[in-house]
Amino acid sequence: MSTLARKQGVGAVIWDYLTTVDHKKIAILYLIAGGFFFLLGGLEAMIIRIQLAVPNNDFISAGFYNEVLTMHGTTMIFLAAMPLVFAMMNAVVPIQIGARDVAFPFLNSLGFWLFFFGGVFLNLSWFLGGAPDAGWTSYASLSLASPTHGIDFYVLGLQISGLGTLIGGINFLVTIINMRAPGMTYMRMPMFTWATFVTSALILFAFPPLTVALIFMMMDRLFGGNFFDPALGGNTIIWEHLFWIFGHPEVYILVLPAFGIFSEIFATFSRKRLFGYSSMVFATVLIGFLGFMVWAHHMFTVGLGPIANAIFAVATMAIAVPTGIKIFNWLLTMWGGSIRFTTPMMYAVAFIPSFVIGGVTGVMNAAAAADYQYHDSYFVVAHFHYVIVGGVVFALLAGAHYWWPKMFGKMLDEKLGKVTFWLFFIGFHLTFFIQHFLGLMGMPRRVFTFLPGQGLETGNLISTIGAFFMAAGTIVLLANVVITTVKGKRVGNDPWEDGRTLEWAVSSPAPEYNFAQTPLVRGLDAYWIEKMEGKKGLTPAEPLGDIHMPNPTILPFVMSLGLFISALGFLFHNDYGWGLPVGIIGLLITLVAMFFRSIIDDHGFHIPKEEVMEAEKKGAGA
Amino acid sequence: MANHTHVQNPKVDVAYRRKKNAEEMKHQIISFTLMIFLTLIAFFAVGYEGFSAWFSVPFILLLAVVQVIFQLYYFMHMSHKGHELPALFLYGGAAVAFITIWAFLTIVWI
Repeated sequence: MSTLARKQGVGAVIWDYLTTVDHKKIAILYLIAGGFFFLLGGLEAMIIRIQLAVPNNDFISAGFYNEVLTMHGTTMIFLAAMPLVFAMMNAVVPIQIGARDVAFPFLNSLGFWLFFFGGVFLNLSWFLGGAPDAGWTSYASLSLASPTHGIDFYVLGLQISGLGTLIGGINFLVTIINMRAPGMTYMRMPMFTWATFVTSALILFAFPPLTVALIFMMMDRLFGGNFFDPALGGNTIIWEHLFWIFGHPEVYILVLPAFGIFSEIFATFSRKRLFGYSSMVFATVLIGFLGFMVWAHHMFTVGLGPIANAIFAVATMAIAVPTGIKIFNWLLTMWGGSIRFTTPMMYAVAFIPSFVIGGVTGVMNAAAAADYQYHDSYFVVAHFHYVIVGGVVFALLAGAHYWWPKMFGKMLDEKLGKVTFWLFFIGFHLTFFIQHFLGLMGMPRRVFTFLPGQGLETGNLISTIGAFFMAAGTIVLLANVVITTVKGKRVGNDPWEDGRTLEWAVSSPAPEYNFAQTPLVRGLDAYWIEKMEGKKGLTPAEPLGDIHMPNPTILPFVMSLGLFISALGFLFHNDYGWGLPVGIIGLLITLVAMFFRSIIDDHGFHIPKEEVMEAEKKGAGA
Repeated sequence: MANHTHVQNPKVDVAYRRKKNAEEMKHQIISFTLMIFLTLIAFFAVGYEGFSAWFSVPFILLLAVVQVIFQLYYFMHMSHKGHELPALFLYGGAAVAFITIWAFLTIVWI
């Protein structure tokens, strides 16, 4: 059963990835799918910027602009940033805690395929009558009035992919609580693992409100409900609250892993232990906790009243404190370190001022009285792009360069990596810095064009030029990936030479069982400790033996496909006769797959000890 | 992980474990009796004409909370060692749910 060292044809490789339950392969799937949606969202961003490059532009129509803008936001948050974060988590966390896989490999695969089919479903809307056009927040009073099926695609697509995210979050919680190697106490967990842990808890608590909101919207739009229609006794504000009770923690779901990635990078390339590790842990938990009590700062202008606005304003400003702790810890990690400016480190260093700008405008937005001025202006657009691009996207690019050798066994080219960095960094600030001022000068967000002679021309043109820089950076990155894949040289366990955590102790890429022997963890930065004592490998915590592995299975794919078909059926059930039966058939496919999952006794298989020893000798060398 | 504290060798400390089980059984019977009693009170509170809905609804909700706590601690073993994390997440979830409902009752015009 072992797939070690076996040449495969194309079909076999595809089948292997469709059925895999290995966290490392699922990470690659997340990376490819998330990367694809990132390019798609980027393309939509380019369309937006071209349309806004000059006043009174007619590059695209107003209606199409609304669709592009909605899909840009939705795609980037749900289909690009989230899965790319999951790609990093899957690639790294199980190895960082010394585990052979996640706690529920089957669910891991199910989570991916649900996300994937949800994303594909959402994007089908382009070809089936029009994409959603009520903004990524899809406020009910607007989205209930949308005449096309776009919003229905949004609701059902996000419902399916949200299920996948929830499953993934629970999986990582259980994995980190239960699967840590002997000696890996909570306070010895690498910072990225801690970030993943808190993020997963946020996913666990933040996604149910979204699920509820989407079900309400589905009922209203497809099944004659009226949760949100005031004319029928509903209340349109319910959507806003539910959306932001999810939506604000979502911001931290994205940015905490980014903090985790940068914490690893700062420590590695400063060749120093992370400064203030325990305060970092504390700050991460505190941000996660406070993240649930600030959602109404997105709704200051709704009319909650001065008391509610004041409470949420103060709670929001409080988050700046733990975030500030983190910023200072990163600075002090670099202080006195022997710093190497590799590509990931350049992103990390650039992240600090970029993110601080985003944080400062965040506190400005948090002042409720002032927010009446900023609300729905380009100032807000500039703010959240500084946080999400300057924080999350920088982290994902840095993480991709940093862990690329661990995922694929080859180093991305450093020279091209730096070209990408500079293009992206310059482009990013060129695009978004000027938008602060466009907002302050009165340019509202989500408008498809603007008039000449209002002082908005130069700013918008600069912003568009910046977007082209970022696009160029992305193209260089893609070229880098292709060149590396074709010509790159295989690397050893620890290609950056200063790896501190367990993932650098196993071969690149890690063997499918990760560790031939579960390691014994003797402190924070377990691998660094062993290296400093002159050892080549880790101290094993168990004798070499047969390794128990889970069987690959196609069932997660089938379950997700069933939900996809079902959603398509129910979406059209008011228009066509085939809608209802197709919807029911889709659900049946999922249920039958779940039934088989329940009755088939799948005990997995064992990799015999001899095979493990042979693989280790061949250069795995864990 | 080495924290499989609840998976012990069954042959160890038979006498101790027996005593512990007997004690636990006692707690379960007491809480079970109390739960039936609380349910009867709840039925009574709803049925009795003298109480207005403004009293009986919060009252039976309170009884429900007590019952949930009994259920969790005496029947689902949350009082045992090694259940700290599930407890943390349970209370975390309850807190988030509470804040949500609180907000809906106070600042949303339902």
